[in-house]
Amino acid sequence: MPSRRRAVAVLLLLALLAGGSLVTALMAGSISVSLPDALAALAGDTTLAQGEVVRSLRLPRALAAFACGGLLAVAGALMQVLLRNPLADPYVLGISGGAGVGALGAILLGLPVLGVNLLAFSGALGAILLVFGLAHGDGSWTQTRLLLTGVIVAAGCGALVALMLSLAPESKLQNMLYWLMGDLSQAADPWPSLLALGLALALAAPFAREMNLLARGLAAAQALGVAVFGLRRLIYAIAALATATAVTTAGAVGFIGLIVPHLMRLAVGNDQRLLLPAAALAGGTLLTLADTLARTVVSPLQLPVGVLTALIGVPVFLFLLSRHPR
Amino acid sequence: MTALLEARQLTVGIGGREVCRRLDLCLAPGERLAILGRNGAGKSTLLSTLAGLRPAQDGEVLLAGRTYASWGARAAAQQRGWMAQSQADPFSSTVLETAMTGRHPHLGRWDWESQADADLARAALAEVGLAGMEQRETPSLSGGERQRLSLATLLTQAPQLYLLDEPLAHLDLSHQIAVLEILARRAREGAAGLAMVLHEPGLAARYCDQALLLYGDGSWEAGPVAEVLTAPRLSQLYGHPLKVVADGAERWFIPA
Repeated sequence: MPSRRRAVAVLLLLALLAGGSLVTALMAGSISVSLPDALAALAGDTTLAQGEVVRSLRLPRALAAFACGGLLAVAGALMQVLLRNPLADPYVLGISGGAGVGALGAILLGLPVLGVNLLAFSGALGAILLVFGLAHGDGSWTQTRLLLTGVIVAAGCGALVALMLSLAPESKLQNMLYWLMGDLSQAADPWPSLLALGLALALAAPFAREMNLLARGLAAAQALGVAVFGLRRLIYAIAALATATAVTTAGAVGFIGLIVPHLMRLAVGNDQRLLLPAAALAGGTLLTLADTLARTVVSPLQLPVGVLTALIGVPVFLFLLSRHPR
Repeated sequence: MTALLEARQLTVGIGGREVCRRLDLCLAPGERLAILGRNGAGKSTLLSTLAGLRPAQDGEVLLAGRTYASWGARAAAQQRGWMAQSQADPFSSTVLETAMTGRHPHLGRWDWESQADADLARAALAEVGLAGMEQRETPSLSGGERQRLSLATLLTQAPQLYLLDEPLAHLDLSHQIAVLEILARRAREGAAGLAMVLHEPGLAARYCDQALLLYGDGSWEAGPVAEVLTAPRLSQLYGHPLKVVADGAERWFIPA
């Protein structure tokens, strides 16, 4: 169990890394920008030729990547607590599936980016409410029932997505596939997701110690004075809205929500008071770096960032699993 | 003096079946109650109802004279501890961290555990014989060690009322006695009240002053151990003939 002082030290270190990843994202690209120039452009120096690229192209995209990575990591950590299952991730309850149905439907209809985002968010909300309503049906709202309902809704959404992909004309397929794999090239406005990240952390923080108890078991937490039913609803709401915001902005980026909470758990322990903000910073850092790689490795082509997070995530996760046999 | 725990005309049911019908029970500070019955008689269900964790069908449960609802979850948890039968922990944590969770109801929303809380947890771990294992990961513990860790968590919580569901499960003989001695000391010196589910009537007779027999069909009997724990009653309770062997003041019940 970390002391408050150690928690602050860990978070400061992670914040430094996060700052580093953001500056890297500003410097790297088809036109490379030196560190002093990047910082000068950030400070508002308009005399530089690359200033516009840094300010209006790279900065919003880097911030959006950071916010989405943070949202997914926090949502993953919360889902793992809610379901008391270390293998849970933000998508396990069908939220990305619902968003996918909405987004692909919008692309199929030829809607502009705003329409895609709107339908993606509506799809996510639909899945959230459907899973909550169905799992809540008999009032028991057990972890198993929630998990099974979510998995089934996700499977249904997957089928709809496959149906739309098979019906889609060739010209729209690439757009759809990029959305499904996670892609930040359409992320123009980082503020909704940054705001959502701040809100998610602020809402979760007062209940973080109670979440520690909930992760250990429902009845034991209740006996120690935790209002478990309200708390579980709150966790579900925070995790679901965080996931919905992230997938609306960046598409279904994989693995961040699964591996970042585990990485942080191994590094700093399973105290949610430290784990949640640490996961937010680390998730943001990871997605920012992955997105920078995605738009630079085979430049001028842009890879979908979800491919990179999976390519980084799979070996890291397998390595961790083999090191920590349970 | 107000009773620590009181059940008034309490009816508890599970799965359409009654566990106890119109139970009246009163536990004063320093008193120890044993709850006995066959597997599936509803002992754990009754205990969690007494802990305020599940609703009763009828009647009421009072903690220090007030209902759980009027105390609120946190205030109730400062006075009442509940030890469940062991359950799997999906996430690994250290022994000390686990014991420290007992401090939760005593901490404010933004408080972090202090050195004093850690000291309480260490003392509790030492009391149950887990000193030196503070940094062990819980999945590496044996069943008996895990059971004693649960008890240490409860001791760290330091409630007035202890509700224990099979506190002796997985424990070897010497640890069974050690655990019962720890609990008896809390009752004697800390004026704590104990209600525990036990499967050994001899130990119940030795360490408790009241007993509650649950027959599984809603009927029950309660009273001082000397009156309730008799060979004919226990034979009927367990559905197996028992005979009593006396050694001085102590009585042991063995299968005939």
